[in-house]
Amino acid sequence: MEKHVITLDRLPIGKTGRVAAILHKGLSRRRFLDLGFVPGTLITTYFTSFTGDPTAYRIRGTTIALRKEDSSKILVITE
Amino acid sequence: MKFYKVRDMDFLMDDNFPRPLVALAGNPNTGKSTIFNALTGLKQHTGNWPGKTVSLARGTFYHRNVKFCVVDLPGTYSLLANSLEEQVARNFILFNRPDVMLVITDATCLERNLNLALQIMEITDRIIVCVNLIDEAAKKGIYVDGDVLSKELGVPVVATAARRGIGLFELKEMIFKVYSGKVKPSPRKVNYGEELEKAIGELVPRLENTFSGRINPRWAALSIISGDYSIEDLEELVKIRDESREESAYGYSFFSQLPGNRGLK
Repeated sequence: MEKHVITLDRLPIGKTGRVAAILHKGLSRRRFLDLGFVPGTLITTYFTSFTGDPTAYRIRGTTIALRKEDSSKILVITE
Repeated sequence: MKFYKVRDMDFLMDDNFPRPLVALAGNPNTGKSTIFNALTGLKQHTGNWPGKTVSLARGTFYHRNVKFCVVDLPGTYSLLANSLEEQVARNFILFNRPDVMLVITDATCLERNLNLALQIMEITDRIIVCVNLIDEAAKKGIYVDGDVLSKELGVPVVATAARRGIGLFELKEMIFKVYSGKVKPSPRKVNYGEELEKAIGELVPRLENTFSGRINPRWAALSIISGDYSIEDLEELVKIRDESREESAYGYSFFSQLPGNRGLK
């Protein structure tokens, strides 16, 4: 299958991707790294809230909800 | 973002904590308070949510005729001091320099928990990693090899299931051994590469002079280089940072180019 790089907010529910890059800068970049968003990590879109934002993701054994403005700055590789 | 001045945190500044002092750190929901209660016999019930006042639970226990004072730090994912909880935890470890630092980790998601352990290992040597919830992990088919983990990290590892009282005696033994110096942890240090290590090497002597043992100089150097905003409350450190930035002779041409530094001044 072909590999695609998309922003995390476009990863459909139930699909899994691998974190490719974090486009956040400075402190928020560090924050995401602390939360486990390290390049190479598997991430699955879990479910989305009633309004479609925020969305919950499974990453390294926990669920983390992200707003679109944050998830759109994280790149994932899907197959 | 608001920074709380260290001097506002009275409880951090008074060095009234009885010694030997044991501090508990860990991610939220790793059973930190369960361990605290099991050690001290108290019934401390805590929760960690925004708006909740950050407070430190404190208790004591005896082991081998030594009275240990135990402090339960707020649960955090990091020591970056993004939030008040993180700042309290970091400042406590930095300034009160516990005799034994206990990092509680969740065996079911160890990977995530070790990030904090690593950050604490950069501040203090006297550290024990406690792998808690091994009963929960076993249910999921996860078994943690404490010996291998201990070797990898360079610090003692104790496996516990605090709710069932498993491993607590071993934990107390290890606390005693680290306190008395029978076991000397030597945490594995992260090598940040030639360029950064050189910068660290140049900053460390200077930081040692200023803080004369009050703060781990390597940690302070790393904070300066990484452009850590959270050191804004440490006036002496900020002063050294600004000085070293101005001294081009120091060879920090890359210094001003680090992304974290841009918004600092």
